[in-house]
Amino acid sequence: MWVVFKKEIRSFLGSFIAYIVMGVFLIITGIFMWIIQENNVLDLGIASLQVMFNIAPYILIFLVSAITMRSLSEERRLGTIEILTTRPVSDTSILLGKYFAAVGLIVFTLLPTLFYYYTIHQLADPLQGIDNGATWGSYLGLILLAASYASIGLFASSLTDNQIVSLIISMVLCFFWFGVLSLLGDVKALDVIGKSLEWFSLDFHYQSISRGVLDTRDIVYFLGFIATFLGGTKLVFESRKW
Amino acid sequence: MSIQVNQLSKRYGNQWAVNDLSFEIPTGEIVGFLGPNGAGKSTTMKILTGYIPATSGDAVVCGFNLNTDSLSVRKRVGYLPEHNPLYLDMYVAEYLQFSAGMAGVSKVKSAVENAIELTQLSPERNKKIGQLSKGYRQRVGLAQALIHDPEVLILDEPTSGLDPNQVVEMRNVIKNLGKNKTVLLSTHIMQEVEAMCSRVILLNHGKIVADNTLDGLKKTSPNDSLETIFRNLTSHVGSI
Repeated sequence: MWVVFKKEIRSFLGSFIAYIVMGVFLIITGIFMWIIQENNVLDLGIASLQVMFNIAPYILIFLVSAITMRSLSEERRLGTIEILTTRPVSDTSILLGKYFAAVGLIVFTLLPTLFYYYTIHQLADPLQGIDNGATWGSYLGLILLAASYASIGLFASSLTDNQIVSLIISMVLCFFWFGVLSLLGDVKALDVIGKSLEWFSLDFHYQSISRGVLDTRDIVYFLGFIATFLGGTKLVFESRKW
Repeated sequence: MSIQVNQLSKRYGNQWAVNDLSFEIPTGEIVGFLGPNGAGKSTTMKILTGYIPATSGDAVVCGFNLNTDSLSVRKRVGYLPEHNPLYLDMYVAEYLQFSAGMAGVSKVKSAVENAIELTQLSPERNKKIGQLSKGYRQRVGLAQALIHDPEVLILDEPTSGLDPNQVVEMRNVIKNLGKNKTVLLSTHIMQEVEAMCSRVILLNHGKIVADNTLDGLKKTSPNDSLETIFRNLTSHVGSI
């Protein structure tokens, strides 16, 4: 598994997409946090990273999909999948190696945002300060959310040998599970059904964790979500054997 | 016996790509898999390397049954797939290190050196695979196949697309490897078999139409060239 993990990280950092994707993420969150009028941290005067945590899920849809789009589709396009799968390594370890590489890269991309935390920490009123519970809760939520996106992305990339198709499928699925499902909860006509559908959305559990209260149900939801999509990926990956 | 195949069949949809194939290859033999396109050569090789399972029948490689112990087979088999797929943005040495890791080799460094030496890749070792000529790429493909010093090598059209000089070099490399390994290679060129193999298995429409030594095959119709024998055995479209 770690052989695949290492190769994925190396090949991603060796490609140009890596730096574009990471740069775009930091620039956009930076603009929203500090520059856009009236809505930025300085104008709001609230010592929190909430601005970033509100916008990040949407940027991550693009970011994570771009990271995972070639993961399996490229192996299929090149035909290297045939070499990979005839090595004495199980399909599961190949997929997990690729998955954890994607998650690792996402965490790596999020690291520079700790600088925002430090800045606000320094700027904040020393008596009140920044809400640490909410901040670290939100970070955990963001990582779990991104890890869920990564499982969607890997799944999308197993479906096709075309990177762009994989990117689009992944973005649509991520947006559906994060945004569309949670909006259904607001639709009055759907009533209880809408509310229960909302429970299945990533946003619902992301918000819940972001409050800084760790609820086992949210963690179980995210882990179950990831396991489901990785299971789906494995199913598609092994369909060559049918 | 390195490879034992018993009534092996593979069906795609309602078409039989491989139909009731049985043969044995003893250790240390270089065998040529011959046949027109679509005869089932690649499919058989994909089954023998554990890439896809057979629809029915058994294949035993190095004493392990592919249906039940594919992992043990994969440890002992080196495979060069058709069209030689490679990561073009990786460096030669880097790719071989990765291959060694995937193959579960414990001494990665010496395995890489060994493979580079066997395939005479050392002048190109620090280049990106994408920068290499076709001949060298083919050697990289061969190098990754033998990185773990496998007992059996399965090479799907190892010389296709090479220029005449490269073909001769490639043949020499494979012949050298055949001294202490079992090699099963596929081709549709008769001379290839003549130059490298001690035995030929001729496939057509997923069935064996000849399994013989080269001399034995020539004796079946002494007046014809090998090419003509090949044509005669494979040209008439067998109705299934």
